[in-house]
Amino acid sequence: MSFFKIFDVAGSAMTAQSLRLNTTASNIANAQNVSGNPESVYRAKYTEFSTVLNEQSEATGVKVDSISESEVAPLKLFDPKNPIADKDGYVYKPDISVIEEMANMISASRSYQDNVDVMNTAKQLMMSTLKLGQ
Amino acid sequence: MAGLDNIFGIHEQALLLRAKRSAVIANNIANADTPNFKAKDIDFMSMLNKEMNGAEKMAKTNGKHISVTASSNDNALMKFRVPTQPSIDGNTVDIDMEKARFAENAVQYQASFTFLNGRIKGLMSAIRGD
Repeated sequence: MSFFKIFDVAGSAMTAQSLRLNTTASNIANAQNVSGNPESVYRAKYTEFSTVLNEQSEATGVKVDSISESEVAPLKLFDPKNPIADKDGYVYKPDISVIEEMANMISASRSYQDNVDVMNTAKQLMMSTLKLGQ
Repeated sequence: MAGLDNIFGIHEQALLLRAKRSAVIANNIANADTPNFKAKDIDFMSMLNKEMNGAEKMAKTNGKHISVTASSNDNALMKFRVPTQPSIDGNTVDIDMEKARFAENAVQYQASFTFLNGRIKGLMSAIRGD
């Protein structure tokens, strides 16, 4: 029955999108996190999606392939009054664009909603099919 | 009296194909953010023609022949969409268009369903005779 497949497909997309929302939230939360040395600075995390294929190589949903960390070098700020500043008076901050993260968040939430709509429609069609001949 | 096999006409096959098509479009929507994903769709017209006319069906000339299932070569009738605004990551899903197609497909499913339901109700009243 194809409609049961839709629940799996839309469900996998919802899982993937909510993980994307999670990483975005983490990036925004840690955008102002300063650190005393460049190695321990928070690195922005990004999800990578890929299509799930079944044995007949038909596409049957989406999965999060991996979560990659940003390779961008942290920002170096001169702040000698900060207690965690290094011996030269510098602190390090991740180079995260909050605006970019917000755009990413909106995109993820819209995609999530689209999949909820799909699931709702599939549910309605299934419910009406159960009433066939009554 | 005509065989009961054809009593539902085109709608029996149409309903199954609509359900299949909605799964394909749901998958396009699910992969709207997947890099290099290419949107696909079922060529509904040719698929339905195939189901109805059996143009590609194999004839069973002997009682021991195994019938070829309808879904065995469905993948050949899946076609890639021509992208209107392809994105830089190689994805060709146009989410607004896919949502419109999904809604259209759902309405057409309901239409086939209504026809089927009417046919069943007609038959039931014919059987009961009241």
